Amino acid sequence: MNEVVVRAENLGKTYGDFRALKGISFSIKAGECFGFLGHNGAGKTTTMRMMYGMSTVEEGELWLFGESIRLTPPVIKARLGVVSQEDNLDEALTVIENLEVFGLIYGLTRAESWLRGKDLLVFMGLEDKENSNIESLSGGLKRRLVIARALMNRPDIVILDEPTTGLDPQARHLVWQKLRSLKAEGVTLVLTTHYMEEAVQLCDDLVIMHEGTILAEGSPQYLIATYVRPYAIEVHLPLSQVPDGLVDQVSAWGGEVIRVLDSLFLYADDGEKLWDSLAGWGLPKHACLLRPSTMEDVFLKLTGMGEDA
Amino acid sequence: MMAALRIFARHMAVFRKIWFTNIMFNFIEPLLYLTAMGYGLGTFVQDMEGLTYLQYIAPGMVASSSMFAASFECTYGSFIRLHYQKTFQAMLAGPVTVRDIVAGDILYATFKSMVFGLVILTVISVLGQTQSWWALLIPLFLVIPGLAFSLLAFCYTGLTANIDSFNYYITLFLTPAYLFSGVFFPIHSMPGWAQVVAWFNPIFHSVEVCRALALGNTNPGLLVHAGVLVLLAMVLMPLAVRLMTKRLIV
Repeated sequence: MNEVVVRAENLGKTYGDFRALKGISFSIKAGECFGFLGHNGAGKTTTMRMMYGMSTVEEGELWLFGESIRLTPPVIKARLGVVSQEDNLDEALTVIENLEVFGLIYGLTRAESWLRGKDLLVFMGLEDKENSNIESLSGGLKRRLVIARALMNRPDIVILDEPTTGLDPQARHLVWQKLRSLKAEGVTLVLTTHYMEEAVQLCDDLVIMHEGTILAEGSPQYLIATYVRPYAIEVHLPLSQVPDGLVDQVSAWGGEVIRVLDSLFLYADDGEKLWDSLAGWGLPKHACLLRPSTMEDVFLKLTGMGEDA
Repeated sequence: MMAALRIFARHMAVFRKIWFTNIMFNFIEPLLYLTAMGYGLGTFVQDMEGLTYLQYIAPGMVASSSMFAASFECTYGSFIRLHYQKTFQAMLAGPVTVRDIVAGDILYATFKSMVFGLVILTVISVLGQTQSWWALLIPLFLVIPGLAFSLLAFCYTGLTANIDSFNYYITLFLTPAYLFSGVFFPIHSMPGWAQVVAWFNPIFHSVEVCRALALGNTNPGLLVHAGVLVLLAMVLMPLAVRLMTKRLIV
């Protein structure tokens, strides 16, 4: 059993009248990748900011490396790497200089910092860009540089606030690969995302957040197995063309129906059997898609984006 | 303090890349004033307190160029680091506190104000407008108004949400403070109440000391001028930290 490196007990945060975090509890073990999955405004960033010292803990408790925190002190920040949502790179400096100068803040000498920066550029696949200007980098390259910068102090925990938001699929996969190799080296990863796929691809353990609370916690496999039936059928028909009484028929049959805005999702333990029943309910198969249930189904169900029909 | 020095080192790394354009900009303006006022207007102005007009205004140019350097760095420069580039936020994720970030910025702006003062001092000395070896102390002295003006500007930045608001700081505060500071004409030529107000004008104290050192008129009164600026800096430092904490830590 790995030691717990981050623990929160009833953590809350209020801005004026707005309760951004409503008392959440979680614990993160060394060496795992822990995810916070939720919409914008779910409270993910607020939680991250408390961890890396940009927000004070006022309600509940937060422990980092066993130490109770109010505002994360420099000694603890020295053990963290932070990839914030925005690419706050120094535009006056080149790629390597960005790393070099950031190393100075951790007390590295210029030479040490330069060497470490060179290594990290290779690690993040940025060695060709060493002397490029920041402005000339694509979004994906900037993200990789921000990640490289967060590794300058060889952190025990890397906190990534939406690391791949706005990246194209190829760039996203590349970032994922790099994060996996970091994890393989024993670095603890804490990430927020609103991409289901990202959570499934990377996280050993995750919490689903919604409006400042945690709705569920567990491994992606556990969450899928626990909260939704194994198979889903997406009905690609406008609600007005869905036969009347379908919801009741599916429920009577033993399935489950979730409505998300204008779409219907049917769930069952036996997908083939459900599929074979569609015609009898007046649903044309060409407008339906049978697939295994995913994290997205869990998310839609739990966050109430999908109301039980 | 170590952390503040590391942040200063970061700013210096940036400065080494941009120093040339940066100095040129700050160098040309006081030179224009010196030429226009000193040589141009000066020919029509009788000797002031036994000095030619050029001799009279030259030390004030050192003081004011130093003031502008500190003020610009801690208004536009700091605001860009806070608001646009989010350099402060990036640094704050490292092993530093808001106090370190403020101190690092103030040190950097003070350093720049000293450098720009030194550049102008060199120019006026080459033009033969310094009369005493005491002038060598001017760059050292400039650290004090440098701190005061950096902190003053930084506090304003801490309250500012929009980059356009700096126009107010410059037009409504810096420019009048500069024009009525004793750079261009002696304060004692102004009405009594204005002379009292001048004591609350930080640039007045800086000009008084720079001129006295350039002319070799050292006297204990200079310590009072320096003391006012030290006091101002001491009062402003905690305020700057508080304002920036409010901006960065939510």
